[in-house]
Amino acid sequence: MFNSSLQQLGSALRAGQISSVELTQLYLDRIAALNPALNAYITTDAGTSLAQARAADTMLANGTAQALTGIPIAQKDIFCAKGWRTTCGSKMLENFVSPYDAHVIGQFNNAGAVNLGKTNMDEFAMGSSNETSYFGTVKNPWDQSRVPGGSSGGAAAAVAARLCAAATGTDTGGSIRQPAALCGISGLKPTYGVVSRYGMIAFASSLDQAGPMARSAEDLAMLLNAMAGFDERDSTSLQRDKEDYARDLSKPLDGLRIGLPKEFFAEGLGNDVAQTVEAAIAEYKKLGASVVEISLPNSKLSVPVYYVLAPAEASSNLSRFDGVRYGYRAPEYTDLADMYEKSRAQGFGAEVKRRIMIGTYVLSHGYYDAYYLQAQKIRRLIAQDFTEAFKQCDVIMGPTAPSTAFKLGEKGDDPVQMYLSDIYTIAVNLAGLPGMSIPCGFGANDMPVGLQIIGNYFDEARMLNAAHQYQLATDWHSRAPQGL
Amino acid sequence: MSPTIFLANADVRKVAILARLSMDEAGIEAARSQLSGIFTLIEEMQAVDTRGIAPMSHAQDVSQRLRADTVTETNQRELFQSIAPKYQGSPQIEAGLYLVPQVIE
Repeated sequence: MFNSSLQQLGSALRAGQISSVELTQLYLDRIAALNPALNAYITTDAGTSLAQARAADTMLANGTAQALTGIPIAQKDIFCAKGWRTTCGSKMLENFVSPYDAHVIGQFNNAGAVNLGKTNMDEFAMGSSNETSYFGTVKNPWDQSRVPGGSSGGAAAAVAARLCAAATGTDTGGSIRQPAALCGISGLKPTYGVVSRYGMIAFASSLDQAGPMARSAEDLAMLLNAMAGFDERDSTSLQRDKEDYARDLSKPLDGLRIGLPKEFFAEGLGNDVAQTVEAAIAEYKKLGASVVEISLPNSKLSVPVYYVLAPAEASSNLSRFDGVRYGYRAPEYTDLADMYEKSRAQGFGAEVKRRIMIGTYVLSHGYYDAYYLQAQKIRRLIAQDFTEAFKQCDVIMGPTAPSTAFKLGEKGDDPVQMYLSDIYTIAVNLAGLPGMSIPCGFGANDMPVGLQIIGNYFDEARMLNAAHQYQLATDWHSRAPQGL
Repeated sequence: MSPTIFLANADVRKVAILARLSMDEAGIEAARSQLSGIFTLIEEMQAVDTRGIAPMSHAQDVSQRLRADTVTETNQRELFQSIAPKYQGSPQIEAGLYLVPQVIE
């Protein structure tokens, strides 16, 4: 049951072979057994999950069930869910029970899916290893001495360890794709604006995008069908016709043109990752695709540009956490300014404070042009590189991360080294393009390697097609960590 | 003003005040050292010639949507105030207002 696809689970539920209550209980039992070691979930609430499962069973019985009805999904703890504690991985929101649902949560509720719990994450989604969470580190199910990646590390670990049927994540600079790669699962960041950001706690609003995390491209397509769509409550939500992201899954790959950016295979990429990704490209050639070398000359600037723009937006977004209306308030203070400063100093962790400081600095008087405006201009150059590249190819492929999962604590004291682990994913967010990661083998220490697939704007169906055809020909995506 | 890679403690202190983060001297020194490393990375941007390039603020060049000037939200004050922070055990709410330390005598 834990290795079934969403399609299979849906069929079993609709055929009455298992009830949603039984399925949800199976997962809750598995979480109870394995989560103390993995720490993939911050919050579970069996009573609420089972109540949703009972409602799903009613839908299944009376014929109103949809594709995801009754299926237990783990929600990243960045999505506000009414009645659920929603922490964003921070002490600031340790006791925050959301009074409303994020759009994504509402979409899953409408589909009759079961919320299985809230997954662990780097604090306010700022991190690449899940080590900045106030609620403790998440362990990689393939090797518990290693990180799961971040910021959607709990979601990736939960999917890999079969602690949920599928999960949601968010991706500002790689936070879906990098943990998906490090945990050996599939994850998709859609085109910016495809999934509503309403109720998704904001980090960097011009980059943040929610997406699905699952065990296969086929599952991702089903989840994206539920998550995507216009929402007037998000001012950057795009008004487009509803599409079926699964429509092209079974198309053959004959004639697919794959662009390989030479900058993604240069210095800094681990040999084990390079060899594994090259083997995946060879498999694609066997499936009928052709390969062309492309160049993204400005991509090397994506990390510095990102570490100006994202902290700038974050410093503004996180100014709402002042201890007045919700969240943490310091137990002692002398006056209003002291209350703000102490509440924020005590409520935020070190990485969040560091990024607020960077953002405040680059937006401060005298530095705006040199940092913020310059970064926005280079952002356009980075986006234009992709536009040029897509004249020669249909999809771009390369590594998701420069190495496999590193050891817990290995990069703890050096923020710059940590930031460089997103070197291949950040440019995609800056350009607003869709990107995904699928498992393509194992590298050093038998840890999973992710193949990144980058598509043109709104080309998710084609990317999912490319991923699905690869997953029909290989079995990397169905490998599971042993000993759990 | 030209950007400086190596921040002084005074710069960090000023930023901490702007960001409303209370920070002791040890915290300021630690932040200065880490921020200097990060700004060395950021400084790579300065070598790029961006004359004539328009800044890009959003991935999709779309304009803000307009909507009819009508009330669409319902008043949920009581619900939202039910999660207000507590001070010494009591919620900081009175007569539908949020309580903060007195600002004006």
